[in-house]
Amino acid sequence: MQKRIRKRYRAERRFRAIGMGAVIVSAAFLFFLLATMIGNGAAGFMRTEVALPIDFKSAPLEVDRAQLGTRGADLALAGAGLENRVKTAATAAFGEKGDELIAENAWTAVRDAIKEDPNLLSQSAHIWVPASSELDAAADGGGEPELRARVQQLRDRGALQSGFNAGFLSRADSTDPTAVGIWGALKGSILTMLVTLLIAFPIGVLSAVYLEEYAPKNRWTDLIEVSINNLAAVPSIIFGLLGLAVFLGTLGLPSAAPLVGGLTLALMIMPVIVIAGRNAIKAVPPSIRDAALGIGASRVQVVFHHVLPLALPGILTGTIIGMARALGETAPLLLIGMRAFIVTPPGGVFDPATVLPVQIFLWSDEVSRGFIEKTSAAIIVLLAFLLAMNALAIYLRNKFETRW
Amino acid sequence: MATGHEHTVKAFDQDIKQLRALISQMGGLAEESIRDAMIALQRGDTKLAKEVRAKDKAIDAIEAEVEKLAVRVIALRAPMADDLREVVAALKIAAVIERIGDYAKNIAKRTPLIHATDGERIEAISLLPAMAQMAGDMVHEVLDAFSARDAEAAIRVSERDARLDDFYDSIFRTLVTYMVENPRTISEVAHLLFVAKNIERIGDHATNVAEMVYFAATGQYLADRDTDTAEN
Amino acid sequence: MTQVDFAEAADVSAIPAQTEAAPKMSARGVNVFYGEKQAIRDVSIDVDMDNVTAFIGPSGCGKSTFLRTLNRMNDTVASARVEGEITLDGENIYDKSMDVVQLRARVGMVFQKPNPFPKSIYENVAYGPRIHGLARAKGDMDQIVERSLRRAGLWEEVKDRLNDSGTALSGGQQQRLCIARAIAVDPEVILMDEPCSALDPIATAKIEELIHELRGRYAIVIVTHNMQQAARVSQRTAFFHLGTLVEYGETDQIFTAPRQERTKDYITGRYG
Repeated sequence: MQKRIRKRYRAERRFRAIGMGAVIVSAAFLFFLLATMIGNGAAGFMRTEVALPIDFKSAPLEVDRAQLGTRGADLALAGAGLENRVKTAATAAFGEKGDELIAENAWTAVRDAIKEDPNLLSQSAHIWVPASSELDAAADGGGEPELRARVQQLRDRGALQSGFNAGFLSRADSTDPTAVGIWGALKGSILTMLVTLLIAFPIGVLSAVYLEEYAPKNRWTDLIEVSINNLAAVPSIIFGLLGLAVFLGTLGLPSAAPLVGGLTLALMIMPVIVIAGRNAIKAVPPSIRDAALGIGASRVQVVFHHVLPLALPGILTGTIIGMARALGETAPLLLIGMRAFIVTPPGGVFDPATVLPVQIFLWSDEVSRGFIEKTSAAIIVLLAFLLAMNALAIYLRNKFETRW
Repeated sequence: MATGHEHTVKAFDQDIKQLRALISQMGGLAEESIRDAMIALQRGDTKLAKEVRAKDKAIDAIEAEVEKLAVRVIALRAPMADDLREVVAALKIAAVIERIGDYAKNIAKRTPLIHATDGERIEAISLLPAMAQMAGDMVHEVLDAFSARDAEAAIRVSERDARLDDFYDSIFRTLVTYMVENPRTISEVAHLLFVAKNIERIGDHATNVAEMVYFAATGQYLADRDTDTAEN
Repeated sequence: MTQVDFAEAADVSAIPAQTEAAPKMSARGVNVFYGEKQAIRDVSIDVDMDNVTAFIGPSGCGKSTFLRTLNRMNDTVASARVEGEITLDGENIYDKSMDVVQLRARVGMVFQKPNPFPKSIYENVAYGPRIHGLARAKGDMDQIVERSLRRAGLWEEVKDRLNDSGTALSGGQQQRLCIARAIAVDPEVILMDEPCSALDPIATAKIEELIHELRGRYAIVIVTHNMQQAARVSQRTAFFHLGTLVEYGETDQIFTAPRQERTKDYITGRYG
């Protein structure tokens, strides 16, 4: 008898250990992923800058100062040959091939500085401009040895610094890795997710309500249930084909638009929401329904006043799962054309755009070294977006759970 | 009305059976007491008279038991319908049989008083056993009716009371005539009058029991209750 | 077939002088089917305002099913079919012109397991009047809530915590809250389906006392599998068996001298 008790205790301990082990392994994988991403991507958020001495006093720029406060400032400064001035200044400061040390768009940094402080035009100053990607790589410890030597030189002179690359988050895609930004893809993702949510959530929830509360129980509804369950498992690329054929082909909607992307993804995640919704509604105890009916509530009132509030946590969980899946989808969006190289962030849902996963995919194809860390940085942004979305949904779910 | 099948809770059946057994036992003792009291009276057997008095104590003891058991059944079993009526009837019947026993004891007590002088009153005395037999039969039959929950039998018993009353009336006149003719025997014959009265009362009680049996069996009260004032 | 003691039903001698009013609800020849299976056979019965009516019978005899036909709760079961006539104040409740929602406000129901909404106590009671538009101003609603809670015997216990969740109360209090909720819509009939089976004896006694107080203001029908409760609480009792109404009469007559053998067997515990 005692032996049996001991065996039972041992079996329980074993089971608990296995469970804990499984959790630890999963956590380890997650930790490994995060560590790798952060390790690679942290550098992507940083940018090397070079102090460029530029003298406007001795060689003034021919530009109309009056224009500087207005919209035409960019054009005016460009017209005054600022770009070339900056290049010559670089060569002057750093010697031959000096202009290769600064980024291609370094002149825009000078331009922005002048716009901010027009008095610069009558001064000689040191302006921080972004370094080129090669110098950037050298500063991180890679690249050719002579570049590294240069880096050291500049550092000693105090002419080199690393700073947070705020532009990464506010600029759109570009060919120059130092000038590249995630904002275009981020905005595209936000718009696409919004469209997806606004289409999938109401239709999904209302379908779930109809199927559970109103539909008669016969063979047709069984067929619908089986179809929905299967739809949830269909590979996402097939939805891309569907989007291509129906939305772009038959309906003629603009390609690569967040509207089309959102529609396609909405189709993809709707079964998830319907299934989660049905289960959540099924889980509402019939006693609540009976109580409401007994008071003289109509069926609509029963559903919207009692069943849905109780089912909302489950529905929101299903929505979170669906939206997370949609956020990370690449294949269907590639098919509807979101793989294009977009430099300007989309203005609305009809403008061409790209999304974060697609952007990551495109960047990972690039050869230049600078793109590797940008890719990792973009992945971090994607994860952060996902976390934010989930946090919001969980907050909403908790709010509804405690309120009722 | 037949009893039908058993209770789901078997202990309930046992309690009811026990109640009926106690009533039967009491009733048996009462009948014996009546019979023995008359025999003692006829023969002047003072020993038998003493036994009758002892039996009465036994009857009283059983009555206490019936009361206890009935209260217990009501508290623990929550009897309904015919079970309830039977338990209530058993309580009341026990009280009545206890009184019947008391009357028998009373008759027995008078035995030594009547045989102060012997022989001559055999004639008068000889009327009484027949009356006592009739009363005893009524008691016997009514208790059978209770066991069987037989409403019809109960009605028959209650109808016999009228005859018993008539019997009492004739014995009363006979005894009074005898007293007038034999004034020396007045005190003894007076006791015989009381004995006759006791027997008539036993008959009345048997009729009361019949009414209770009828109610237990049917749930209704016997339409005509015996309120005959001739007994007085 | 069935035997119904209408003579007994019409005898209101136990109740202080009321003219023999028409019954509040009347059922005639009611049959209920679940798909092919017949659950209720040819039941005819009256329910009046002044007496509490109890339905008793063994499990599965159809008493709950019949109770639910009185406020058309069987409509929620897809396979249920009701034949026959059931009237409320003379109107057939299964007629197409009868609005089920209104019917259920006039014929309220309290269920076996207390089922307050997962809302505050105030909201629980206020929900019914709100959806039926019974309160014009905020003050009205407060009054309705207080009146209902008082009538249900719960006001003193909860008046300081009307915003607490209804589900935080004890079982007996929850059931009284459900009764208050039913009362709040000002019904004419209250149906109770084994309201005390989930409660302890003290809570049960409180509810039985409450039923006694509500008698006369509402027509009350209570289904119970506890015969002693039926005996304590009702003035009329109906015994159901295998879907038929076996006997219906005054409560004390049913429990002291039932006329039908089946009734007698059931109440004396000789059934089965």
